[in-house]
Amino acid sequence: MMDYERLLSDNVKSLKPSGIRKFFDILEEMKSGEAISLGIGEPDFVTPWHIRDAGIYSLEKGYTKYTGNAGLMRLRQEIALYLKRRFGLEYHYKDQIIVTVGGSEAIDLAVRALVNPGDEVIIPVPSFVCYGPVTALACGKPVYVETKVENEFRLTAEELRAAITPRTKLLVLPYPNNPTGGIMERADLEALADVLRGTDIMVLSDEIYAELTYGQHHVSMANLPDMKERTIVVNGFSKSYAMTGWRMGYVCGPAPVISQMLKIHQYAIMSAPTTSQYAAIEAMREGDGDIESMRRDYDFRRRFMLDGLKALELDCFEPKGAFYMFPCIRKTGLSSEEFCERFLLEEKVAVIPGGAFGSGGEGFVRMCYASSIDNISEALNRLERFLKRL
Amino acid sequence: MYDTNDILRLLEKDGRLTPQQIAAMLAMEPEQVKAFIEKSEADGVILKYTTLIDWDKTTEESVKALIEVKIAPQRGEGFDRIAQRIYQYEEVDSVYLMSGNFDLAVYITAKTIKDVAEFVYARLAPLEGVTATATHFILKKYKEMGCAYVVPSEQEERINFA
Ligand SMILES: Cc1ncc(COP(=O)(O)O)c(C=O)c1O
Repeated sequence: MMDYERLLSDNVKSLKPSGIRKFFDILEEMKSGEAISLGIGEPDFVTPWHIRDAGIYSLEKGYTKYTGNAGLMRLRQEIALYLKRRFGLEYHYKDQIIVTVGGSEAIDLAVRALVNPGDEVIIPVPSFVCYGPVTALACGKPVYVETKVENEFRLTAEELRAAITPRTKLLVLPYPNNPTGGIMERADLEALADVLRGTDIMVLSDEIYAELTYGQHHVSMANLPDMKERTIVVNGFSKSYAMTGWRMGYVCGPAPVISQMLKIHQYAIMSAPTTSQYAAIEAMREGDGDIESMRRDYDFRRRFMLDGLKALELDCFEPKGAFYMFPCIRKTGLSSEEFCERFLLEEKVAVIPGGAFGSGGEGFVRMCYASSIDNISEALNRLERFLKRL
Repeated sequence: MYDTNDILRLLEKDGRLTPQQIAAMLAMEPEQVKAFIEKSEADGVILKYTTLIDWDKTTEESVKALIEVKIAPQRGEGFDRIAQRIYQYEEVDSVYLMSGNFDLAVYITAKTIKDVAEFVYARLAPLEGVTATATHFILKKYKEMGCAYVVPSEQEERINFA
């Protein structure tokens, strides 16, 4: 008998499985059709046809081999043009961009390329679930900073300053934010930049929702004077083009960092999926209109859901980015986990407990509005029934 | 940020939306949305509210056809008068004036192939000004009014977090 417990990496064993899993297990048991999931954080749209078609066309032509490690040159060139066009960011396709397997791989590469054992990584929470585990795998130390609903879940300069120690290597900036929908505007970033200038702390800016802001344009930390040299920008195709299953992302940053990241990518991945890269070229060249029309639809749904939650007198700050609502459910007297479990079992609507996204998330639940108006409307009806019964 | 055309776009996609729901989505006042819808109905901008049905999934039998019609336009009245004479028939779903090899595209729905044939030779062909017709039966519908008839089936495996 093998003693796997003894054999396995302590580092890996100590990782906790994602707290969301349980809900999807329950959801799976339910009859399809009667349950509504506002749980998964992905677009409900199918990838626009012209983008799918470009992928299919590349297969027909027989483009089925590896690409260069950093990704197709044409794709990197298109990414550079896109970043300039949409966000005023300038990166050179030759040595400052890597095409990755989703934003997920990009985050992993950045952390592994920078973190030495014991280095601290500042992670604002609530936020996407991967930053802490990826840091732990690199033998770094996650330092979580709770953002506050009264600050619309922005990271403030004081909070940042208080978290910095001599071991701080990296600041993760997860905005627009999953799960809160919070964003950082230029002035907010300026305040953080003032704290960072004069230190040698790097910034990992996860801008996967950059295209999904409502009412104002996204600003990147790399847009600020002399911040680009310390910023690594992660972005991708999953959310903005409804391409989650294609696994397409990219990372941009200073050439000396990118070249180290490329080594990890080379050995662990070789190259991102070729078919997806051809589809991604099409997305970058012809997809601005798709982004705009999906963004408009999300915005309709965002207002619709916010209006519904307000009518039910649940406190919810108006999210300005991504596609999530993060209402506070404390007045129900339930923990967010209890709330979600009962709401799912009794009313068959899946939402995610805020605690799954780190401390500070307790007392809130995440509801994804990348779902049809019919679904959202029915979920709100059931929520009303549920709240009345409590 | 959003204009009244957005009200129409939303209704075109889903005619069941209420003024309250539309107002929430567009950050407008329900009263304003309601008034605009009423005005659009009165002005003939909104023509009617309807439901798209896949009759093939029911026991109802019907035949659809596209009839290309060539006409000799009448002096002073162009194509409009004859188009009007055609679209008055109840079995006619749509009539379009076309560029190209023929003039009017006439879509009709009838119970049987025989009914379509009868419509063409007894009603359409004898009309003054109609010089030729060509009838094409519709074999299968793939997409109508922006809606595909085949709904792609749900993907099986879903991710547990994102
Ligand atoms: C904030 C954030 N970053 C990164 C990702 C990873 O996306 P992908 O790997 O599909 O690009 C997600 C997915 O949910 C996310 O919410």
